[in-house]
Amino acid sequence: MSAVIESHGHDDHHHGPAKGLTRWLYTTNHKDIGSLYLWFSFAMFLIGGAMAMVIRAELFQPGMQIVEPEFYNQMLTLHGLIMVFGAVMPAFVGLANWLVPMMVGAPDMALPRMNNLSFWILPFAFFILLSSLFMEGGAPNFGWTFYAPLSTTYAPPSVTFFIFSVHIMGASSIMGSINVVVTIMNMRAPGMSLMKMPLFVWSWLITAYLLIAVMPVLAGAVTMMLMDIHFGTSFFNAAGGGDPVLFQHIFWFFGHPEVYIMILPAFGIASHIIETFSRKQLFGYSSMVWAMASIAILSFVVWAHHMFTVGLPLAAELFFMWATMLIAVPTGVKVFNWVTTMFKGSITYETPMLFAIAFVVLFTIGGFSGLMLAITPADFQYHDTYFVVAHFHYVLVPGSIFSIMAAVYYWIPKWTGNMYDERLGKLHFWLSFTGVNVTFFPQHWIGLAGMPRRVPDYALQFADWNMISSVGAFLFGASQILFLFIVLKTVMGGKKATSKVWEGARGLEWTVESPAPYHTFSTPPKIN
Amino acid sequence: MNQGSKKTIRTLCFAVLGMFTFSFALVPLYNVFCEVTGLNGKIELRATNDTNIEIENGRDVSIQFVSHNNEEMPWTFEPSEDSIKIKTGKYHTATFYVKNPTDRTMIAQAIPSVAPSNAASHLKKLECFCFEEQELAPGEDALLPVRLIFDDKLPSAINSVVLSYTIFDVTDYDDIELTQNTHNSHVMEPSL
Repeated sequence: MSAVIESHGHDDHHHGPAKGLTRWLYTTNHKDIGSLYLWFSFAMFLIGGAMAMVIRAELFQPGMQIVEPEFYNQMLTLHGLIMVFGAVMPAFVGLANWLVPMMVGAPDMALPRMNNLSFWILPFAFFILLSSLFMEGGAPNFGWTFYAPLSTTYAPPSVTFFIFSVHIMGASSIMGSINVVVTIMNMRAPGMSLMKMPLFVWSWLITAYLLIAVMPVLAGAVTMMLMDIHFGTSFFNAAGGGDPVLFQHIFWFFGHPEVYIMILPAFGIASHIIETFSRKQLFGYSSMVWAMASIAILSFVVWAHHMFTVGLPLAAELFFMWATMLIAVPTGVKVFNWVTTMFKGSITYETPMLFAIAFVVLFTIGGFSGLMLAITPADFQYHDTYFVVAHFHYVLVPGSIFSIMAAVYYWIPKWTGNMYDERLGKLHFWLSFTGVNVTFFPQHWIGLAGMPRRVPDYALQFADWNMISSVGAFLFGASQILFLFIVLKTVMGGKKATSKVWEGARGLEWTVESPAPYHTFSTPPKIN
Repeated sequence: MNQGSKKTIRTLCFAVLGMFTFSFALVPLYNVFCEVTGLNGKIELRATNDTNIEIENGRDVSIQFVSHNNEEMPWTFEPSEDSIKIKTGKYHTATFYVKNPTDRTMIAQAIPSVAPSNAASHLKKLECFCFEEQELAPGEDALLPVRLIFDDKLPSAINSVVLSYTIFDVTDYDDIELTQNTHNSHVMEPSL
């Protein structure tokens, strides 16, 4: 009897992943769940991207060619929702799952079963959301910001399914964030004080707190919508004493921290990659931490800059204008720190570094157009034009998405044990870089010239730049198929990666072999 | 799991519940905030009890009346006069004409809004048709009065104020006939 128990204990100690599909269904391993999140996010990226292709194909020429305006609105709405909640956020959660335990020297996430649950409810959320395309009245068509009463009184019947899917996404994010915070606060290796944590871990700690603070507010907003639609309340219905502007306040109280949720982990990633390929210690570590913390705090007091035109009093407009501009200070600190890190470094330009440098440059462009939009009187002109579209795509595509791609190239040798194809990686970078700029830069000009956003058709004078923008979008879209190919090729095989992978790499994840064993740091490492 | 983790989890769960509650608390907070400051052009839907508001020799202010019909509200609804000149600290009565052209009894609620919004807290009403719901029989019409006054603290930069009313259909169709309710179009019927 005792022999059986002993051998069982022995197996348990060395067991690898289970076999077959149930491995992925039942897994509580942070690396498995990280991979699931990343693949899920990539699938959503392609679906949301296909919708963007429909949008750009319709805008290729003035007039209505390919889709009906009603369907165009559905594509526009689902593209936004899927990219924000399906592609960018799960990708960062996947990276956190893979990297946070390894970076802090923990054996796994603190709550492994909840980790499994928070991933596996996500596919259901997006199945529900996408299934609304086949319902009577079509999918949600009110834009990703779902302003009431457009999304209550005037919405298609499928709005209830949309609300339910947002509830599930919110629950998933909240559980994921609690997991990250508990892991970071309680499971760091002995000797790793908070101010010794890698910056990606710091960025995720702050992001997780933001998520815990604002996802419940989003849940509250959609719950109020649900009650307005089905239970006869009037939160946003003026006839019953409600107020549509209140919806915008609640939504953007969630929405503005949300945009930092989508960029703070990118800051962490860029810091690691720039440090590695500059072969220098990162410049200004503690100022990076303070900058991220102050950006997070400021994000709670700037929400009304999304709604300058609803008729705010002058004092509020001035307050939100100045508070918004204040965010440029910590953001500037970060950009200068990255540039200073590169200054006089022995830089090499591998694919992750190319994406990271492009991130710094193009994100800064998006930041500058954000400053232009922060100026209240100027915003009255820019509001709801393509200038806004150009702005938030510059911070989200070559910002968040480029940082995710950089992270994949940077850590994939650690995940798979194989080096990616450097030649193809660089090709993917240059195609994406060209595609992104050709797509979104002209949108600044057509926006300043007055083209409104969220329209399926436009005046003739915008035709040329729209056509160029569409060509860029097709290039960017097609080059992501190449990305899929490169990732698959790396998973299948390739040059074997060393433990350290990159000459200038720093951090605990580079001390374990490549591919990272199924269980790492079962005994905590020593930190000096 | 160690004690520290459990404590962190408990704290975070309370934070989540707290923020969910906060999102609902924003509704009354917002309304109180708007009423106190007069932001958003909101004015109180009740009669003023300020008795010292009337003064002699107030200054001239022009007031414009605007009427809107919400959604498919079929009533005729318009101000008797588009614009009048009044003096601060003196009561005036304006009227709005309403007619129910349909063949059923309907109930309406008018919601006021004031622009510029910093005039809102200085516009007081002794009597207003917006204080209660208005019921009209088929084909019935009426002149609805509003008795209003500007207090003397109206900012001197404001010489012209717009008072706008939107009229909403608040008939409870469930009591009359279930089927004719436009709001019931939200019944879920997925085609899948």
